[in-house]
Amino acid sequence: MPTALDRAAALALLAALLAFPLVFTLPYPRDVMIRIFLYAMLATAWNVLAGYCGQISLGHAVFFGTGAYASTVLAKQDWLGVWASPWLGMLLGAALAVLLSQVIGYPVFRLRGHYFAIATIAVGEIVQTLVINWDGVGGARGLFVPIKRPDSLINLQFHESKQTYYYIALALLLLALAINRWIVRSRTGYYFRAIREDQDAAAALGVPVARYKQRAMAVSAGLTAAGGTFYAQYVFFIDPESVLPLSLSILICLVAVLGGVGTLWGPLIGAAILVPLGEVTRIHLGGTGKALDLVVYGLLIMIISVIQPGGIMALFQRGLRRS
Amino acid sequence: MTAEVLLQGIVSGLLMGLVYALIAAGLSLIFGLMEIVNFAHGEFLMVAMFASYWAWALWRLDPLVSLPLTVCLLFILGAATYWGLIRWILDAPMLAQIFATFGLAVFLRSAAQALWGVDFLVVKNPLVEGRISLGGLFLGLPQLVASAGALLAFGALHWFISRTETGLALQATAQDRQAASLMGIDTQRMFALGWGIGAACLGVAGALLSLFFYVFPEVGATFSLLAYVAVALGGFGNVPGTLAAGVVVGLVEVLGGLLIAPALKYAVVFAIYLAVVLWRPQGLFGRF
Amino acid sequence: MIAPLLDIQSVTKRFGGLVANREISFQVAPGELIGVIGPNGAGKSTLFDLLTGFQAPDEGRILLDGESIAGLSPDRISRRGIGRTFQKLRPFGHMTVLENVMVGAFQKTTSPREAREQAQRALESVGLADRAQAHARVLSTGQRKRLEMARALATRPRLLLLDEVTGGVDQRSIPALVELVQRLHADGTALVVIEHNMRVIMGISQRVVALHLGEVIAVGPPSAVTGDPRVIEAYLGRAYAP
Repeated sequence: MPTALDRAAALALLAALLAFPLVFTLPYPRDVMIRIFLYAMLATAWNVLAGYCGQISLGHAVFFGTGAYASTVLAKQDWLGVWASPWLGMLLGAALAVLLSQVIGYPVFRLRGHYFAIATIAVGEIVQTLVINWDGVGGARGLFVPIKRPDSLINLQFHESKQTYYYIALALLLLALAINRWIVRSRTGYYFRAIREDQDAAAALGVPVARYKQRAMAVSAGLTAAGGTFYAQYVFFIDPESVLPLSLSILICLVAVLGGVGTLWGPLIGAAILVPLGEVTRIHLGGTGKALDLVVYGLLIMIISVIQPGGIMALFQRGLRRS
Repeated sequence: MTAEVLLQGIVSGLLMGLVYALIAAGLSLIFGLMEIVNFAHGEFLMVAMFASYWAWALWRLDPLVSLPLTVCLLFILGAATYWGLIRWILDAPMLAQIFATFGLAVFLRSAAQALWGVDFLVVKNPLVEGRISLGGLFLGLPQLVASAGALLAFGALHWFISRTETGLALQATAQDRQAASLMGIDTQRMFALGWGIGAACLGVAGALLSLFFYVFPEVGATFSLLAYVAVALGGFGNVPGTLAAGVVVGLVEVLGGLLIAPALKYAVVFAIYLAVVLWRPQGLFGRF
Repeated sequence: MIAPLLDIQSVTKRFGGLVANREISFQVAPGELIGVIGPNGAGKSTLFDLLTGFQAPDEGRILLDGESIAGLSPDRISRRGIGRTFQKLRPFGHMTVLENVMVGAFQKTTSPREAREQAQRALESVGLADRAQAHARVLSTGQRKRLEMARALATRPRLLLLDEVTGGVDQRSIPALVELVQRLHADGTALVVIEHNMRVIMGISQRVVALHLGEVIAVGPPSAVTGDPRVIEAYLGRAYAP
């Protein structure tokens, strides 16, 4: 149970994050923070399905891409006027992602463990291949998000400064965390964890396993899609290579795994480490096409999985228990 | 779509399928032993292909000539992977196991890219090249040799597992780790051996593939996915089953490309895979 | 004649060539305590799997309160009022003892607070209340057995299937476990108990069902079953048959 100290620390952190763009007014630090928030949010969404419910999805980019493509295609429909707003696109994307997740989940949840993970990879590959070959959404060339000036909240586009993006990203992250926290304390959360621990024992206690797996999938997919929409509106260009690849699915997992799967703070810690680390390696090692940053990622993943699969949160908790 | 084109496709799917079978066999063996999916399987194949390529580029050794070397190299790589990485995660949660081999995959793939770039490399003027004509069908000689080699290797693997004492010890360890160790079988050695042999299969496959396939860091990715599909179809741990499953995958790939669309052929393979495991989660021939 | 709570009619289950259960028939009256005995491989756990939806019978019917439950999914059967424990204990290792039981309690309520209260009560009834905050995976075997029972009890079943009450438990802890089972019986829950410990099973059962090689070889009060020559032969071998 969170102590008064925990609460105070969380509030202090929130205050610091809210004040950050007022102190750091250059675009680059804000950009780094925005990407930390985005990845933390994606990892939090993934955590609902994989961390709490125990279903390791390695194809989550599918939902990210759904959100990105849905809002972008909508935004291109000029005849809709204000109804083409990316906010509606975000809702649309989330709804589509939820629908897609149920369609995927129905067959794939019959599999367990490694088999499930491989099936999610297969689904991800199928979707990416289909989109690459679907000229209606730009195919391999991708889509440009239509630039709309002046900056406006309703169009979710800001070209003068990153400040509003920052707050939107933070808001999305807080939303994801709030949903996560609410789930954990509710019956749903207990059922999720029971399914993770022992699906059959849970069923013997009356837990409708299939139904709850689908719910976990739905929440996870919807949140991930919202992140996809934000990304599209931030970067202004999407293509299968950037929003649907296996490497993105893995990166999302990695953020959660590094920080601590199945914990509330894990995704934040993971993102806070990996995004700057990615920057450092990209600046010093990558960008020459030599993929040395990925070499480091690979080593990092191996080391974490061997030494502390529970992630940094587990290290932290172990340290606390000893003291 | 003439009958001739179709027949040609079926034959080439069959030939390629035998190579897939060999690739999948190694994966199935490892999984049968310790219930770990080697997500770096494709990257092992890539290493084998690069080894063959460099043996040719540096010392003018034809892939068929350097095959034994490649096999030894891969055997060592497999056993070393067990000793250095897998040994520590045998009883770890599944997520940790997935990530351990996945991290290895990322590491190998990007190390290859860092060392040798992204260019598509190819072995020129191999000992075996050209086509032969067989009853109106054209069969690439390298492909034919590769399939024959794969079939031979598969047979050797099957013989080893079912007829030699070590092979039977491997099977025993796969079925019941504790019982096997109680009977004096050194399970650690068995596991390392399993990884070594599984990787050695890839050594053979990689050397054979380098006769006619492009060599580049990402080449393992598609092969590994197809291998997973073949293993799942054949039933995890069921090595003989992967022969049929590999052929099925090869056929579906070609026919999917011919009958639906070439760009979608892998999508078809995965879709068929999903359809099969839905209907029979234990695969076509698996028992659990 | 009271209608039976559970009516098993000629249930058969095959695994390939092996017939695990062959034409098994017996009934459980509401509130009755039935013991099930049989050597290893007799098909006892398979029977439990059939009753709780983990397997579906190939032939025969299983009726709960007159309604067929054969082939239903485990969670639906649980919600109809059958609870079970497992021979190989399956606690939710990374959750606390209390949280484990709450999962069961949530079957009857959606409120976490109520579930917590119900879980506390279930833990008290099995004597595990002092370990409520411990993680399930650190419990001893005897404690895990109690946890499984508390968890199943929290779903307030009308029929509780206990798969091996005393297996793996030290001698000292057995009387307390037995007393717990008797208390459950006294509260009105029907119980079907698989047991290898003859003294325990004979002491608590109202009727005993003896299984051997998948078939029922004897049904009746404990004394009748233990005296049955077929039972003696199955358990101890022909040399001991009278």
